[in-house]
This record gives sequence, structure tokens and C-alpha cells, in this order.
Amino acid sequence: MTAQLNTPDVPASSESPRGVPVTRSRTALRLRRVLRAWQLYVLLAPVLLYFAVFKYWPMYGVQIAFRDYNPSDGFSGSPWVGLAHFERFFSSFQFDLLLTNTLVLAVLNLLVVFPIPILLALLVNQLVSQRFRNVVQTVLYAPAFISTVIVVGIIYVFFSPRSGLVNHVISLVGGTPINFLAEPGWFRPLYIGSGVWQDAGFSMVIYLAALAGIDPSLHEAAKIDGASALQRIRHVDVPGILPVVSILFILAVGNLLNVGFEKALLLQTPLNMSTSQIIQTYVYQAGLQQAQFSYSAAIGLFNSLINLGLLLTFNWVARRFQQSSVI
Amino acid sequence: MATATAARTPRPRQPLSGRVSDRAFNRASVLLMSVAILAVAYPIYFIVIASVSDPNAVQNGQVLLAPSGFTLEGYERIFSDPTILRGFGNSVLYTALASTISVVLIVSGGYALSRRDLPGRRTITFLLVITLFFDGGMIPRYLVVKELGMLNTIWAMVIPAAVGVWNLLIARSFFDVTIPHELREAAQLDGASDFRFFFRIAVPLATSLIVLMAMIHVVANWNAFFDALIFLNDADKYPLQLVLRNILIQSDLSQLGATTGDIESYAQAQRVGELVKYGTIVVSTLPVIALIPFLQKHFTKGALLGAVKS
Repeated sequence: MTAQLNTPDVPASSESPRGVPVTRSRTALRLRRVLRAWQLYVLLAPVLLYFAVFKYWPMYGVQIAFRDYNPSDGFSGSPWVGLAHFERFFSSFQFDLLLTNTLVLAVLNLLVVFPIPILLALLVNQLVSQRFRNVVQTVLYAPAFISTVIVVGIIYVFFSPRSGLVNHVISLVGGTPINFLAEPGWFRPLYIGSGVWQDAGFSMVIYLAALAGIDPSLHEAAKIDGASALQRIRHVDVPGILPVVSILFILAVGNLLNVGFEKALLLQTPLNMSTSQIIQTYVYQAGLQQAQFSYSAAIGLFNSLINLGLLLTFNWVARRFQQSSVI
Repeated sequence: MATATAARTPRPRQPLSGRVSDRAFNRASVLLMSVAILAVAYPIYFIVIASVSDPNAVQNGQVLLAPSGFTLEGYERIFSDPTILRGFGNSVLYTALASTISVVLIVSGGYALSRRDLPGRRTITFLLVITLFFDGGMIPRYLVVKELGMLNTIWAMVIPAAVGVWNLLIARSFFDVTIPHELREAAQLDGASDFRFFFRIAVPLATSLIVLMAMIHVVANWNAFFDALIFLNDADKYPLQLVLRNILIQSDLSQLGATTGDIESYAQAQRVGELVKYGTIVVSTLPVIALIPFLQKHFTKGALLGAVKS
């Protein structure tokens, strides 16, 4: 077969191989084109293999959510139990707490973290001094390169009850020190606040790039017509970046329940569990620490399905009202 | 370098227009942005000065604007601590290997997908993009890695997270935009095979893509900790981030000096431990921060490429 493959790569003459087999069937023609591109498939093969093994195989493995997984029988050989794991999860005492915590954290996070970079970008874009703009950009997006572990480490250091800077300031102004990491009420502010601190600048850069793509003559014309800076933001910049905003919003909604659970896990202490325990951290604990594979796979699947539903809904909404959509 | 920042508006620089409200607006923005800069930069600055200050002064809140009682004790301890050094070495190894694998896969796969004459291109792209919206989840992924016998090996650190769909799409758009189809057709007429065209023409033209991808992956791999948490058992194999988690978050200072077990050395370890916390934050973040100027040149370009529709 390989001998056949090598030949069509040197079509020196004017009759291209595509023109020859007019009488052949379409499948033969298609096969010929596939064989001719074999070198491209070789280049693509590692990626395809990767996706088959690390994306599609786990997708196939999701069926353990409906089975009682045991390693010797594998994904498809373990005994079928139907929806038993889902029923157990829905009726467990933790279900309400997990769902509430996850949704509240995710929605608050989206509402706070999503708009801030847009506002920052609109303001930075109007700054007159180019040098100052560059300083703002560089400083604000530097924290994006700091790891989650370090960000949470910084939180622990700053908000430590005895030695932390924040509590020093609180005592200085006459308040009583707060043990932030032991208070369930402080988990969400810490989580969301550190998210803004870390990611706002990075997302801002994306919006700035979109703003740079707006036709400068629109701004010139608006200026000649006497529009103020605020009016130009409102009528030129905002409509200009709206497509990018809506695409990023759909993607953010589609990942709503995948709220960076690694940070939640790191910020979790035995004392703040009543707000910090979310679906994903629970999947980690039940699944990997207690080895309840099937039960936690079911919970994970539940999480993925809600995400998918949200994504499709918002994508459909966006498609109805605008031309831009993700899929 | 400033010109390379794509976020710069093409608007020519010009003096403020006469409008008073615009000038006031600009002043307000400058003020607001200065506050933002302080809010972002101060915590980082504080960590740096605290790492070289007397731990007692830090504990008492005397270190705010400048270091007090300068000491390098923390750094001495860090650079003589076998756990931290081993973590650092492991991280360098994992990061280098994982990033190389990722870049090779993404560049070759992205190129193949950019070829419009690749039969099945649309179907393949579709199958790849689906994984962006639905995946098996944490548990099946863990079981697959386990099934492959990768648990507690270096392979679990460098393969399971190798290719992100998003990066693949960026690479695809890059080749689609930067390499004219006429060029390939001409090369084909001259008898160049797809391999030859890829290695001799496409790859040399893709240096900025390769640099961008290398940097994205170096940063991501250096900062990753969760895969190590679930896939590795031996503390000897832990990357730096996992070592840091134990030091910073679980306050596990057992490694740091308290070997004799008496109370005095324990108190000493506790004292140095605080210093070590600040110092490790600096030491582990520095390699990545050093990359920012290079990344800035390439990042925005790449971020926009991903958005190009084909």
C-alpha cells in the first residue's frame, strides 16, 4: 500500500492526478485524495492519538457513572446499576449544600470578574500618555503568571490571623482581628477578590487588542462632531468590542460550574467547608481520596451536563440576538 | 518593544482636544489606574521586602514600605533545603519535557489542520472542538492515566495535559493566515512533498508561533500542581508547586530545621519558617516573571490570531 502512496506526490506534468479519474466512482476519488495526503495525516497522527486516548477514552469511561466500577472489569465490564449513583447523590444531605455553594460562587464570580476587565480596558484605551498605558498594562497583567498555589500562599500570608498584614491594619484602626481562612463568610470574598487581582489585567489585554482593531476614523469623526470621551466610549468603543464580549461571555457561562476549583481546594480549611465545599472539590475528595470512582464520576457527569446545557442555552440566545456565536 | 504591543491604538498621538470634560476624564482615569497599579503591585512588593527582613519585625507589622533588619537567612535556608531544591529540579525537568512535547504536537497538528486540502479536515476539527465543551471529567481521566501505567511516573506529568484545543486552533489560524496557498502550490509543482514543505518552509516561517507556544506552556507547566497532586505519590517526584503547597498552605515546616525536636529549635524553625515562606514565593515566581517581557511581544499577536475565523 505504501508503494502506491508515494507516487502521486510528484505531479510534474500538466495533467494533475485529480483530473484523470473522471470515470471512477466518487469513493475511489476520495480515497485517492486521502492517500495523497498521507504525510499530512502523519503530522496530525500524534494529536489524534492524544485526543483519542486522553479525551475520548475518558468520555467513553464516563459510563462508569451508571455502573459499579471495579478495576478488573474495566469501564465497560463492570456491573450496570443505572441511575443508582445519581439517585444517591440527589438524595444525599450534601446535595443542596454543594449545588448552592457551586452556583453562588460561580455566579458571583462571573458577575464580578467578567465586567471589570472590560471597564479597565475602556479606560486604559482612552489614556493619553502612551508610556503610562504601557506601565498599566505590564503591571496589571503580571499576576496572571503567578501560580494558583502562590496566589493562595500570598492570601494565607496576608490574611494570617496573627502575623498577617491585613489583621495588623485592622488592629491599627481599632478593629478585632479576623481569622479570614476559618470564617465561612470570608471564603467567597477571598476567592473572588484574588481572582480579580490575578486575572483582570490579563483579560483586559484581550479587550485592548479588540479596541485597537476599531477603525480610528470612527473616533476622528466622533471628535469632529464634538463627542466627549465618555460619548466616544459609549458609541464607538462599546459597540466595537461587543462581539468579542459576547463570545467570551458565552464561553465563561459554558464553564460556569468549572469555577477554578483548584483555588477553592487550596483555600479550603476544615472550618470554612460550609461555603468552600463545591461540586468539583467534592468529586476530588469522594473520588480520588476515598476511591468511590463510580459515585464521583456520576457527580462529575452531572456537573458537565449542567455546563453543557448552560453553554447551549446562552449560545442560542446570543445567536438569536446577534450574529456572533461560539458554535 | 512598545511598538510590538498590539493593544496600542493606531490613533496618532495628539495633544488633548480643548474640551475641559475630556481633560478631567483623563485625569480621573490616570488616578484610577494609579490606584489599580498600587493594589496589584503592593502585595508583590511586600513579599519581596518581607523575604529579606527580620521575621519578628514582619510579624509585628513594622515592615510596610522598606525592609527592616536586613537578613538573607531565609534564602540561605531555601537554597540548602533538599526538598525545595529537589522540587525545583523536578519542575525544571517536567516543564522542559512537557513544553517540548506540547509544542511539537501543536505545531505539526496545527499545520496539518490548516491545510484546506486535507480530506476530513472539517470533521476532525469538529471532533477536536467538541472536547472543549464536554469531557469525561476528573475521575475517568484519572482512571485512564492509571490504566496506562503512568501513575507516579514522569509521563503523568508531561503527557495527559499536552494538547489544548485552543492552542491547536491558534496554530491552525496562524498557518492559515501566514502561509500563502500559492506558495505551497508553487512548491508542490516544484516537487516538494508535504513533509519537505512543512519542515523547510512552514516551520521556519512559524518562529513567532513556536516562541509563543513555548512560553505559554512553560508558564502553564511551571505553575501546574493539580495533576501532580492526583498522579504522583512519591514526595521525591513532587514538582516545586506541590512542595510550595505543603510549605505555604499546609504550613508543613517539618523539613525546615526542627530535626532535634527540642522546643528551642522548634521556635527557631518557626521563625525562619515565616522567612522561608516569603522567600519561596519570590524564588518560585522569579523564573516566570522573567519571561513576561518576551511574552508581551508575542502574546497579544497570538491572542488575536485565535479569533481569526477561517
